[in-house]
Amino acid sequence: MNAVPGGFADPPVEAAQAFRAAMSAMARPGRIERVGGVAPPAPLSVAAGVLVLTLCDADTPLHLAGRADSEAVRAWIAFHTGAPLVARGAAAFALGDWAALLPLESYAQGVPEYPDRSATLIVETERLASEGARLAGPGIETEARLDLPDPEALRANHGAFPLGLDFFFTCGDRLAAVPRSTRVL
Amino acid sequence: MSDYNFAYLDEPTKRMIRRAILKGLAIPGYQVPFASREMPMPYGWGTGGVQVTAATLTPDDTLKVIDQGADDTTNAVSIRRFFQRVAGVATTERTAEASVIQTRHRVPETPLTGDQILVYQVPIPEPLRFLEPSEVETRKMHALEDYGLMHVKLYEDIARHGEIATSYAYPARAAGRYVMDPSPIPKFDNPKLESPAIQLFGAGREQRIYALPPWTRVESLDFEDHPFDPSKAEHPCALCGARESYLDEVIVDDAGGRMFVCSDTDYCAGRRAAGHRGTEAAA
Repeated sequence: MNAVPGGFADPPVEAAQAFRAAMSAMARPGRIERVGGVAPPAPLSVAAGVLVLTLCDADTPLHLAGRADSEAVRAWIAFHTGAPLVARGAAAFALGDWAALLPLESYAQGVPEYPDRSATLIVETERLASEGARLAGPGIETEARLDLPDPEALRANHGAFPLGLDFFFTCGDRLAAVPRSTRVL
Repeated sequence: MSDYNFAYLDEPTKRMIRRAILKGLAIPGYQVPFASREMPMPYGWGTGGVQVTAATLTPDDTLKVIDQGADDTTNAVSIRRFFQRVAGVATTERTAEASVIQTRHRVPETPLTGDQILVYQVPIPEPLRFLEPSEVETRKMHALEDYGLMHVKLYEDIARHGEIATSYAYPARAAGRYVMDPSPIPKFDNPKLESPAIQLFGAGREQRIYALPPWTRVESLDFEDHPFDPSKAEHPCALCGARESYLDEVIVDDAGGRMFVCSDTDYCAGRRAAGHRGTEAAA
C-alpha cells in the first residue's frame, strides 16, 4: 500500500499530535517543539516533512524552492499530500532554505479584507536555538529569543501587519514559528 | 470508536480547520473564514466549537465541556459523550485536570495554565454585526480599523442609561488591532481573556474561526471617563460563600424567593469540598 515510504503510520493520530506541536509553536513565537513520525527524502528535514503532511493537501498550492525542489521530494509530496506544486506567487505554502525562498515580496501577503490569504513559509535552517533576536508580541509573556536568518526582513514583515507572511523554521526534528504579529526587537 | 475516524471529522476537513486556526493565531482577533461542516447536532449547539475541538484533540487529551459554567447541562453532557465516543479521549469535570476545555459562554473561575486550550462556542462572531448587517461593510471596517460605530454604540448606552449597558459579548480589542466578540461570556469574564492558555473561537453556522495566543493584550472597549467595569451580582454564593465568582440568580419558589449561586459548578463544588459554606448550604 505504502508505495512511497516515509509517511505517517497512523495519520489521524500522528497528524493530530503534529498539529498540536505546530499550533503550540505558532501560538508561542520562538518556542521550539519536537515532532516526528515521518521520514521524508533528503534534503527535507523531519520537521518540514511533518508540517507538509499535517497542513498540505490538494487544496493548498505548494512552492518548493531551491534544493527542496528535487525529484524525490516532488514524488514524496505528490504521493502523501497531492498538493499542487506552483510558482511562488500562487503558493499557500512555500518550502526551502532562506536564501532560496527570497524575495519575500513574491509571496501572497493577504489583502486588507482577508489578511489570512497569505503564504506560510517553511524555512529549513542549519540551526535552531533560543538565542539571538529578541521577540515580543502576542504569545510571548515578556520576551522570547530565536536565532533568525534575517531579523530585518522579519521586522519589515511585521511592519505590514495585519498583512504579511507567517514562518515556520525547521531544523532536524525541531520547529519554531514566527507569525506576522511578532515584533522583532 | 472504531466506526469513526479519530475525532469524527475526516482528515482533509481537519487540515482545513487546522490551517484556519494557525492563521487565526497569527492574526489575533481576526475572523478567518472556514468551510464549516454539518455536524451531528443542530447549529446553535456548538458546532463551531465542536469542529475546532475535533481538529485540536489528540488521544492523550483530557476534555472538559461546560455550558454557562456547568458541566452537567444537556449541551455539555452530549458534547462530552460525543468526543468520548468518536475520539476515545478521557473526560473530566475538573478545570485543573483538563487539557482541552470547550465552553459555551463562560471562562472557568479556576485560572488556566499554559498547558490548557480553551475552545469557545460562538454564535455571532462579528462584533459589528448588530450595527452593520453587511459582511462586505464589516470586512471593510475591520480592514480600515474603523471602529467608530462601536464607540458610538457604547456612548449612546452612556447617554441613555448612564453606563455602558452591554453586559455580555462585550467587545474587546486584541493586540491593539482587531475588535472581536469574545462570544457571549459575561463581561465579568473579559479580564480573563488575557490568559496563559491558547484560546480558540469557533462559529459553525457563521463559518468563522478566530484565536488569541497566550498573553495577547486584550482591552475591553471603554472611555477614559467611563472605564470598563467587569461587574457581577453583589452577593456571595449561597452554596459555597464565594465572593469573587460569577453568580447565577436562581428562582427558588413562587413567592419571589431567590438565591445566587456560582455559575461555575466545578469551582463551587471544589470550594464546598474544601469546607466553604454559604448561607443556603446543606449542613
